[in-house]
Amino acid sequence: MSPTELQPTSGRGHYTIFLGMAAGVGKTYRMLEEGHAELEAGRDVVIGLLETHGRADTQALAEGLPVVPQRRVTYRDLDISDMDRPAILRRTPEVCLVDELAHTNAPGLEHEKRYEDIEDLLDAGIDVLSTVNVQHLESLNDRMAELSGVRVRETVPDSVLGRADEVVLIDISPEALLARLRAGKVYKPKRIDAALNGFFRIENLAALREVALRQVAEEVEAKRLTTETVGTREDTVAADLPQAVGERLLALVEPYPGTQRLVRRAWRSAQRLGAQLDLLWVAPPGREPDAEQERQLAALRHLASVLGATLTVEAGDDVADTVAGVARDRGTTYILMGRSRPARGAARLRVPLPQRLMEALPGVDVRIVADRSVRHEKNQ
Amino acid sequence: MSPIVIAIVVAAFAAGIAGGWFLPPHGRRGTAKLPRGTRRILLPFTGMYISRRAFDAAVRLARVEDATIMPAYLARVPRHLPLDAPLPAQCLQAMPLLEAIEQRARSQGVRVDARIMRGRTYRDALRRMLDAEPVDRVIVSATSNSGKGLSADDLEWMLEKVPAEVLILRPDPEDRRKVTAEAVAGHF
Repeated sequence: MSPTELQPTSGRGHYTIFLGMAAGVGKTYRMLEEGHAELEAGRDVVIGLLETHGRADTQALAEGLPVVPQRRVTYRDLDISDMDRPAILRRTPEVCLVDELAHTNAPGLEHEKRYEDIEDLLDAGIDVLSTVNVQHLESLNDRMAELSGVRVRETVPDSVLGRADEVVLIDISPEALLARLRAGKVYKPKRIDAALNGFFRIENLAALREVALRQVAEEVEAKRLTTETVGTREDTVAADLPQAVGERLLALVEPYPGTQRLVRRAWRSAQRLGAQLDLLWVAPPGREPDAEQERQLAALRHLASVLGATLTVEAGDDVADTVAGVARDRGTTYILMGRSRPARGAARLRVPLPQRLMEALPGVDVRIVADRSVRHEKNQ
Repeated sequence: MSPIVIAIVVAAFAAGIAGGWFLPPHGRRGTAKLPRGTRRILLPFTGMYISRRAFDAAVRLARVEDATIMPAYLARVPRHLPLDAPLPAQCLQAMPLLEAIEQRARSQGVRVDARIMRGRTYRDALRRMLDAEPVDRVIVSATSNSGKGLSADDLEWMLEKVPAEVLILRPDPEDRRKVTAEAVAGHF
């Protein structure tokens, strides 16, 4: 949807981000196409900053769009050029194209990061079209580094995507991107071999593509729910969106070896849902864990750390009440628990824990994780 | 039966029900722990599978000694990440494999206490594992670890430095049999 088709919700400009899995997917190209469309629609469009990386197609497409020249900054005898934010603000175009929002500005400029310059343009009522790759998002940086072996230094907070009015995914298959790379459409010939042997491996690209697709899906869902439940952007704190609308799993654990099976299954479910995972042990109050429990707790903490989950220990006599309190605080949408041990004596009269949780937490799914090894044993 | 005796029986019965109702649930817990003083057999591995021979040896010994098997996936943390960084990509590989090992061992009546251990190298991960939790025995298969996993140097280091009995299985044609993530029963 073009910015001209949208009614501004306030004096702030309309913000469109073109998101891709890697360099070369066509984000800048698409941004320029949109710029031309706006120009033909009679709007005042300028290029605030364009990084063509020497790509002939991109340079050709930029022709015909007015450019605000970059400013020169001298830093330690180095002559650096960067986006001229004051000049754009003076010019006050209707639409400004700003490539690579994750870029770190030259030292001494008004802001440290380019996305902060963009905020100023938006506040001045200028519509902005910008680009970013998914590995620049702060929350994904560690995961991307592990997947791809390349750590990206220039990161931006995830809330930058949350503040955009539109996030447009520029998607091509990893095979097509590699073909473009080999054809010299992404990098110059001398860099191609290094790229193919480094970042541009097909498994990397497939993983990055999956993350990019999921990220946009989450943004779409977040915006849909925000519109339904809150109304306008002004009422929303963008940074809170993922917590408010994303799936969040809570696994009830105990410090004994069998609980790791539950954690494994909970983590797999969290991976499939793209959700955050919390682990909770409701400890008996006033009783210190014994040595074996301490050892198991340490193992659980370590496992949680490897998985990127958090382990919380809460003392509480009433397990259901304690779990319900934690689940409300965290915004849990799923609770996973192991099979309870058979109740004895008068305890049989109690309402079972899963039922109590379902009553205390309407809208939260409660899942009892099966012990596959028991079934395996019975089948044998 | 005198009314006093009946009253005592009724009062005792009521007290029993009330006690059962109000007693905190934790008061009846504690049956699922490891028995104290349990022997531990460490089964470290790397990659997508473990040697079936190493696994079978660990199970046999665990049954004889009433021990717990500790399958430990050794994860390498790239230099550009902090040592305590989450490793979701490696966990995607490790988790179904640990599940398969646990299912198979438990179906043979053996307790399992799995781990994922991080380090800059496999040896570093193993050292950290052993520093954190003493074990009684370590079982590795020389064949399954050649090339990608623990090197000959690592095995030598284990024999010299590990404060436990180290069992290194000789290469054998049977080593082509593996326990892999495909062995997981049911949806995982």
